Amino acid sequence: MGASKGGTRLSGMQKQVLSMYRGFLRAARSKSLEHRRQIESVVSAEFRRNSKQVDRKNFIYIEYLLHRGKKQLDQLNSPDTVGLSSLNVEGN
Amino acid sequence: MATGLLMRGAISTAKISPLASRFIPSRLQATAAAAVAEPVEQPTSTTKPKDLKTFQIYRWNPDNPTKPQLRNYEIDLNSCGPMVLDALIKIKNEIDPTLTFRRSCREGICGSCAMNIDGCNGLACLTKIDKSGPPSMINPLPHMFVIKDLVVDMTNFYNQYKSIEPWLKRKNPPPVKGKEIPQTKKDRAKLDGMYECILCACCSTSCPSYWWNPESYLGPAALLHANRWIMDSRDEYTKERLDAVNDEFKLYRCHTILNCARACPKGLNPGKQIQNIKKLELS
Repeated sequence: MGASKGGTRLSGMQKQVLSMYRGFLRAARSKSLEHRRQIESVVSAEFRRNSKQVDRKNFIYIEYLLHRGKKQLDQLNSPDTVGLSSLNVEGN
Repeated sequence: MATGLLMRGAISTAKISPLASRFIPSRLQATAAAAVAEPVEQPTSTTKPKDLKTFQIYRWNPDNPTKPQLRNYEIDLNSCGPMVLDALIKIKNEIDPTLTFRRSCREGICGSCAMNIDGCNGLACLTKIDKSGPPSMINPLPHMFVIKDLVVDMTNFYNQYKSIEPWLKRKNPPPVKGKEIPQTKKDRAKLDGMYECILCACCSTSCPSYWWNPESYLGPAALLHANRWIMDSRDEYTKERLDAVNDEFKLYRCHTILNCARACPKGLNPGKQIQNIKKLELS
């Protein structure tokens, strides 16, 4: 979502994205060390991929991703969830 | 929105059998007319001339995140059932299998196919296709997050329903141990007009107040259910329930706009039930 060099004001949506990223990292801390590393790598890959691929003016899609991410974060925050993994569907 | 909601009454009185239906409320008309309508499947369109109707349907797919668009589909009404849901299923079967929408019972009891049809919220399975008139426009429920095409995210709506604790809560054991708790016919009658709610979210998503405060205001559907448990003679947590919703946002964002009563496909009046809660809060 665009680099913020010193002094750049972030938009509300950019703040939401960053706070969600932080939320994921904090959720990862409650899991075992092995899973924590895995969660961090999956999450950071996902955020970095979307930061490059998603058009920064495509607000509807970013809102959709934020919404989906929030649900996934809620799921991850539950103590029943131990880890997170991702798989690549062919064609992606 | 207001003009859109007004359209329903006007349209449905326009075309259906002239005499009898004039004084039946519009939403009853849809079901009544379905019973007398011609057989659902016409043998072929060779016997009858084609009666083409255009549907404009909201399309958005997260896998291909371009701008949402209205796509036109033209179908022959003579080879299609009478309801909007029949048309949607026909489009999905024959024209575009990627069209996505929720549906299940096709008779107005599951509440899955709630959507915005020609500007009014309603169940696609209970809304008759407007045979004359301009192309029909079908959108997802207003002010909800779209997951794909006509499918919206109902998580917040269901969580609000959950927050009013929609189950029987007792302090004392039932009169006969292990048996049900009896209720007089009069007490049971108090639940009429509430227990019929199928949680389709047509009312909540038609409420401007709910649009502006979807998180903090419970919305007509959840409040109707709150009142359903407050009024239940067997429930012994009436006071606690009243205290739980006695909140400037949860309850008092209802400004009796009454779009809910207009939208409800089951003919209920959530606004009236909310008034009842407000009345009980004062006493």
